Amino acid sequence: MISFSPTEEQQMIVTMVKQFASDEMRKIYRECDETGEIPDNVIDTAWKMGLTSSSIPEDYGGSGGEHSAITGSLINEELAWGDLSMTMHIICPALFAYPVLEMGTETQKKKYLPLFCAEKYKAATAALIEPRFDFDPYSLSTVAQPDGNQYVLNGDKCYVPLAADADVFLFYARENGNSQGFIIEKGTKGLEIGEREKNMGIRALATYEISLKNCRIPKENRLGGEKGCDFNHIMNHSRVALSAMATGVAKAAFEYSRDYAKERVAFGEPVASRQTIAFMLAEMAIEIDATRLMTWEAAWKLDRKEDATKEASLVKAYADDMVIMVTDRAVQILGGHGYVREHPVELWLRNGRGFVTFDGMAIV
Amino acid sequence: MIDFELTPEQQAGIKAAHEAAKELFRPVSRYYDEQEHESPQELIDNIWKRRNEGLFDLGMDAVAAFRIEELCWGDAGLFLCIPGPGLGGAAIFSSGTREQMERFLGSFNEGEPKWGAMAMTEPGCGSDTAAISATAVHDGNEWVLNGEKIFVTWGKRAAENPGGLVVVWATVDKSAGRAGMKSFVVPAGTPGMRVEKLEKKLGIKASDTATVTFDNCRIPFENILGSPEVKKVDKSQTKGFKGAMATFDATRPIVAAMAIGVGRAALDFVKETLENEGVKIRYGVPKQKLTALERDVIEMEANYKAAKLLTLRALWMMSQLQPNSLESSMAKAKAGLAVTKITQKAVEIMGPLGYSRKYLLEKWMRDAKINDIFEGTGQINMLVTARRILNYSRDQLK
Repeated sequence: MISFSPTEEQQMIVTMVKQFASDEMRKIYRECDETGEIPDNVIDTAWKMGLTSSSIPEDYGGSGGEHSAITGSLINEELAWGDLSMTMHIICPALFAYPVLEMGTETQKKKYLPLFCAEKYKAATAALIEPRFDFDPYSLSTVAQPDGNQYVLNGDKCYVPLAADADVFLFYARENGNSQGFIIEKGTKGLEIGEREKNMGIRALATYEISLKNCRIPKENRLGGEKGCDFNHIMNHSRVALSAMATGVAKAAFEYSRDYAKERVAFGEPVASRQTIAFMLAEMAIEIDATRLMTWEAAWKLDRKEDATKEASLVKAYADDMVIMVTDRAVQILGGHGYVREHPVELWLRNGRGFVTFDGMAIV
Repeated sequence: MIDFELTPEQQAGIKAAHEAAKELFRPVSRYYDEQEHESPQELIDNIWKRRNEGLFDLGMDAVAAFRIEELCWGDAGLFLCIPGPGLGGAAIFSSGTREQMERFLGSFNEGEPKWGAMAMTEPGCGSDTAAISATAVHDGNEWVLNGEKIFVTWGKRAAENPGGLVVVWATVDKSAGRAGMKSFVVPAGTPGMRVEKLEKKLGIKASDTATVTFDNCRIPFENILGSPEVKKVDKSQTKGFKGAMATFDATRPIVAAMAIGVGRAALDFVKETLENEGVKIRYGVPKQKLTALERDVIEMEANYKAAKLLTLRALWMMSQLQPNSLESSMAKAKAGLAVTKITQKAVEIMGPLGYSRKYLLEKWMRDAKINDIFEGTGQINMLVTARRILNYSRDQLK
């Protein structure tokens, strides 16, 4: 039956995450963006909410909840409303954990999943994006070559979140023309982590370039073993996660510019009482809602284990355009004030611009 | 639980609506576009015979959106010829008493085909419905109506076919502004109500859009919808006007669903034509690798989906008895514009095939446009949306 109402449990989680986003993230996000650092205690507080471990089965140390893309979408929107850098940091371990949970071999699950059920935050990450303009997740330059009972990996990756702190990495590489996942542990020879990257937005999130130079790993480190992984399915989970986050960032920018427009007086009236501003806000609100509903529909398909490629890629393309439209307008509505760093809208515009680039940097 | 699943019965109903649209509407779609004002009698008789199948009911829940989409995928103009209480019925449902619903709509399904219409627009007022100049004067146990209404969808069928009705908006006290605005049910054939002319239109030509005049038209006192009292003192007591607005909350998502049907007809045509020519639309490919054509089609599809989900939400909220003014206006604003753009883009993409009257695509572009105009233009719906999100009154945001 068609319904747009989250379950009671989902509503409780949303309330909790929303509280965290406004009490913790919103207090420090500007400072984090300026310094490029996120305080450990915020990450620890977020970790205690168990957002990742809750969907890991009890056998591997988790709390055995259902792994739901709809719940994940609801959470990601609220977190990203708080701050995108922190969101990506907080859920970064899921980049590794969820593909292993969904598609890993029993050995892989037993070995790695308990890491994410520990009391302290454990960085783990995934590397997909490559530093070239025509980057295509389905046609990677990074190559995995079988050699006896090993794989040899070569190639360059970028935008790898938390690479310097991560103990385990999931690398996506081309094997026989297909994109597949490969688990590489910290310290493996040939895994060279470069300098921290300097980006236009998500400045508080530490991302790195990584080079793989004849990096040898055992054959059993291929995600899913001989069966491999359904890479497209992972991409769909990423598209949904990013669409939900884009909705959250856009919602933050919409709310701020709406409130500003009601306060700011020009020609004797709040600027919001002019249709030229009011209609911008109306369109922003409509497009944010539309994106959220499309995200839910794609997530719903994922949860039913159906092929969601069409829905997920449609909503991702829509969300990419929507978030830049909304955040740009938020800056525009604030005028000169939108351009200065005293207000947050310029930060959201910089973060919003990135979504079209962030493929594979989040997962739901 | 957030859910998009349709039950097997719902799916069957939607499929049946699709088949009906394909069998009944599509074959005569072009004919009634070219023969404006000719009534599709055979089609109406056919539909009337099948009226108890549930295919042609408007309905007020999310599933209705799917059914309406399918029917308008067939033909939006012919959809507007389907017998039923229509917008008049929606007005009675949203502001009438139980007794009135029974009296006016109780036997709507019996005997010969009947239509209901709503007459609000006047030559001097469109979306500014509170400026209505038609009058209703209380005289004994009757109301006397005077005025001219234009753009009355279903106007001729509703006013002239026995058993039909027209819901007319008129003021009982001009000095009271919105508070004086009331709606009245005028049964078909009431002396003094006359159909003056039928409009010649850009699209939905099969639908009759009439000018209806009221010249000392007398109706029983109990045909007023809502309270006859005018409360001038308290400005918030603008119930009559609110009745009109409540009707829009119900009808706007229905128009949005109609729009979506026309949009999908165009999208399907584009995709089928491309497929037959061996052109594949790829999903999940990075944007920079897509062809310009793929980008266009993907954008059209995404906008179709956005409009549809907003519409489903607005109707779902109504079925849950949740206030949905904001969501209805959002859906209508989005769907009207999205479908205008989708159909125009489709004509562009299809080139000579799009512009030719040999195919229906050019018709769908003309038909689509009405959805961005009637039941409140896109701009009015943006205004309603803006006022709601800003929590502004009419005076604060003009």
